Amino acid sequence: MSRVHDMGGRFGDGPVTPDAEDEPIFATDWHGRALAVTLACGALGQWNLDMSRHERERLSPKDYMRFSYYEKWMAGLADLLVETGVLDVADLSSADAAGAAQADGSHPLASRAMAAAAVPGVLARGGPSARDSDVVAHFEPGQAVRTRPRSESDLVAGGHTRLPNYAAGAVGRVLRLQGAHVLPDSNAHGLGEAAEPLYAVVFAASELWQAPEHPRDEVVLDLWQSYLEPA
Amino acid sequence: MKALETILARKGLIDPAALDAIIDTYENKIGPRNGAEVVARAWSDPGFLAALREDATAMVREMGFYGRQGEHMVAVENTPERHNMVVCTLCSCYPWPLLGIPPAWYKSDAYRARAVREPRQVLAEFGVHLPKETAVRVWDSTAEMRYLVIPMRPAGSEGMGLEALADLVTRDSMVGTGLARAVT
Repeated sequence: MSRVHDMGGRFGDGPVTPDAEDEPIFATDWHGRALAVTLACGALGQWNLDMSRHERERLSPKDYMRFSYYEKWMAGLADLLVETGVLDVADLSSADAAGAAQADGSHPLASRAMAAAAVPGVLARGGPSARDSDVVAHFEPGQAVRTRPRSESDLVAGGHTRLPNYAAGAVGRVLRLQGAHVLPDSNAHGLGEAAEPLYAVVFAASELWQAPEHPRDEVVLDLWQSYLEPA
Repeated sequence: MKALETILARKGLIDPAALDAIIDTYENKIGPRNGAEVVARAWSDPGFLAALREDATAMVREMGFYGRQGEHMVAVENTPERHNMVVCTLCSCYPWPLLGIPPAWYKSDAYRARAVREPRQVLAEFGVHLPKETAVRVWDSTAEMRYLVIPMRPAGSEGMGLEALADLVTRDSMVGTGLARAVT
């Protein structure tokens, strides 16, 4: 069993509402601020991408479902800031934050704050997840593989994993080897990058769903080697 | 939101000018026009298309479209036999350097939940109806690989220049929830 974010295949959500191509990028100003604050805080170097994804997933199911997209980002960010000790709860709960004392800029991490001039470079550099690794690739394109029977982390109870529930215990075929990549299950919990081979694996829709729409439809997922066994 | 920003700024942890620069980047500099340029070139230049199939990351990097959330790119081509469509069921992974920040529908529960199980029904909600001969392949972005759909080149676009071709390429056609615009 996984968490509330793992919703692939779920019934009952109703229709998708497409946006016009020229819809504003951020529906309101604070959406843009939320994205920017999240990226800027990431530059402080106190957590990685997998940790920030897991933080949003760890919101209680009730909060996850009632929060809007950027509300989830803000809730996840506030939790990360407190858990890593960048801020304390008193900082966040001060009722009149704007009036709070001392605009001192003396936080120990202040020297790491992203300057405006650094923004283009930081965004252009990105954060690749491919690594050199001596973990041997066990599978090759065309080979049949079966995913783990459950979409659960085997490192941490209730921990982060990227095997969706709908693809657990399913048999597919390796489409391509994507190289070795940081393992989110480990990296999200500060257990090291543990890079290992990553594969694009293709599954027949009929392997995943009770009533596939078309006999030749397929779903492809990127899956780490430790999620897979020979089938 | 404003309160959190204020606290962080007061402690010197964020620079409000950096936030403005990030917002400006994604509002004005990085968006689906980048992806459209890649598609137009793939339609026009068989050598480029072949190289894109081999190593899309290197080819888009050469065009200046590398960066955050686009570190590992794969291009997938639509054909009469196969239509590709991209989703992230677990969160909202999307190729930022080529398409910008994802639209609301891409991040919606309905799209995340349904695109993998009933892609044709979802496509119908976008006004796209595929023929029976066309199989659908849905890519669930579960890792850091990011997928760019190369839509089919519209009939009647032979001889058009790169700029005009790029005008035919919509954001949705590069996610696979749309087709390229018809030539008018």
